[in-house]
Amino acid sequence: MAEQLIAGRVVVAGRADGDALVTSEPLSFWGGYDFHTGEIIDRHHPLAGVHAAGRVLAVPFSKGSSTTTAVLLEAVRAGTAPAAILTTGVDSFFALASIVADVMYGKSFPVIALEPADFGTLRTGERLSVGADGIIRRL
Amino acid sequence: MEREGFRSDGARRLQPGEQVTTATGNELVLSDRDQEMLDGRHGPAPQLAMSILVRMAAVYGASELMDISQAHIDSTIYLGDATLEFAERLASLGARVAVPTSLNVSGVDECGWKDWAVSPEWAAKASRQMLAYERMGAVPTWTCAPYQTHMRPAFGQQIAWGESNAIAFANSVIGARTERYPDLLDVCCAITGRVPAVGLHVQRHRAGQLLLRLSGIAPSLQRDDQFFAVLGHLVGKLAEDLIPVIGGIAVVPPEDHLKAFAAAAASSGRVALFHMVGVTPEAPTLEAAFHGGAPSQTIDITIADLRAARRELTTADGRELDMVILGSPHFSLAEFRALAPLVEGRRADPRLKFLVTSSRLMKEEADKAGVLAPIIAFGAQITLDTCILASPMLPPEIKTLMTNSAKYAYYAPSLLNTRVTFGSLADCVDSAIAGRVVRDDSLWQSS
Repeated sequence: MAEQLIAGRVVVAGRADGDALVTSEPLSFWGGYDFHTGEIIDRHHPLAGVHAAGRVLAVPFSKGSSTTTAVLLEAVRAGTAPAAILTTGVDSFFALASIVADVMYGKSFPVIALEPADFGTLRTGERLSVGADGIIRRL
Repeated sequence: MEREGFRSDGARRLQPGEQVTTATGNELVLSDRDQEMLDGRHGPAPQLAMSILVRMAAVYGASELMDISQAHIDSTIYLGDATLEFAERLASLGARVAVPTSLNVSGVDECGWKDWAVSPEWAAKASRQMLAYERMGAVPTWTCAPYQTHMRPAFGQQIAWGESNAIAFANSVIGARTERYPDLLDVCCAITGRVPAVGLHVQRHRAGQLLLRLSGIAPSLQRDDQFFAVLGHLVGKLAEDLIPVIGGIAVVPPEDHLKAFAAAAASSGRVALFHMVGVTPEAPTLEAAFHGGAPSQTIDITIADLRAARRELTTADGRELDMVILGSPHFSLAEFRALAPLVEGRRADPRLKFLVTSSRLMKEEADKAGVLAPIIAFGAQITLDTCILASPMLPPEIKTLMTNSAKYAYYAPSLLNTRVTFGSLADCVDSAIAGRVVRDDSLWQSS
């Protein structure tokens, strides 16, 4: 049985609740995420066709385009961004998008780095609560 | 929620003796000038840019910032209201770049968009975003291949570059030093002239980590103009978040083959620095590439792996063809020179489009060199400043593309809902003439 609490490292602090959407494959948001709808559109990605808006997206790291951050900023503005992003290492792209969303729109989202072993226990569909201290609770 | 001390309404002065604790527990110490910018003594734009940089320095775990002497801004790509609002907010605050700065592709070809499906509203907003960055004093290069302009950096130069292909090329092929900068941060670095002193800016972090060895790959295949694009696509996937070192290169690749490799590896993966033993400047030997250390892992790349990677780049299944598209990254003078003799005296099937995406500068040079005229006579169109991925140019009836660019092949199916055939430059020309996909696969079957 998975632990009820996971202690993550705060990259950008914030609180969010949402259903987990978990992948072991990295993602480029440019060419990979439709900010008009919140759908993952990268045809090469296992989550292609899945909507991530409002969910706690667990993706190990960003890949591909530098424009990933700008797509995420557009998604925050449009209300189609994930509620939080959980990664395996400190991902500067996701962090920057959240920080600039805060500066521009007063709307950041938590970005939390997890130990790979903890990340591996996450399951799509489980309800998660991300705390400002980086602690993730299974609800 | 916000981290205490960093309000969204701007930067707060660090109190005497107070320091920011970063994600790795390092303490960030600002120079006097950094602090002045953070305090707003250099104006509101450097203050905003520095406040974002300081928060990012904490994310990176930096203990200080350092100078850069050049920047390349990828934030020029217009996506929607947010990218425009960010650019215009900085411009309205009087932002000026502090170092020589080139600009990446924009969202519109200002002179040619009316020939395509771009809406007037999109063109107007994308043009406003271009103007915002021009007002900051950046050089209007409008290209994703700034390393092939007069803004090419030098070996060892500290720079802040956005645009994934350009980052990988600048670090790896030139030996300049940049972190993998994302849109929105590249411009903050350009305005302040500062970056967190971490990552690929630092010599010890540039050592190779993963060894990828070509195993039994004939030099004749390595000379094929698809080879490095295919290899890059494969390496991007294998490297994950490590710095790959490629061994077994038996040819001297032209610069545009390395450009294709960098773009492919930075699309299928997150490669910001690679070393090719005997080819790239920080890898004269295998030992040098690993800074005397050992690879964490070694993987052999076989012809079967390369064939599979090449197959992945083709997502179309028939011979139907609506458009041939060349130039991601932007077509260079050498590529115009290679294309011209292939099309000289020939004519593309008028039922399909043949488009080359490039920069104003390269088109001018190609024209001067006399290689543009035969390409236009062939029936090609040239789009400048942007590309089909960054500008909504394609009408909906265009469903099938052919390209020699792994980057186009990777992104077009997802971004444009098109199917793509990947092939050599000669295959692209032959297909355009035939009006359907024609591909000579002999090298890839027999090697």
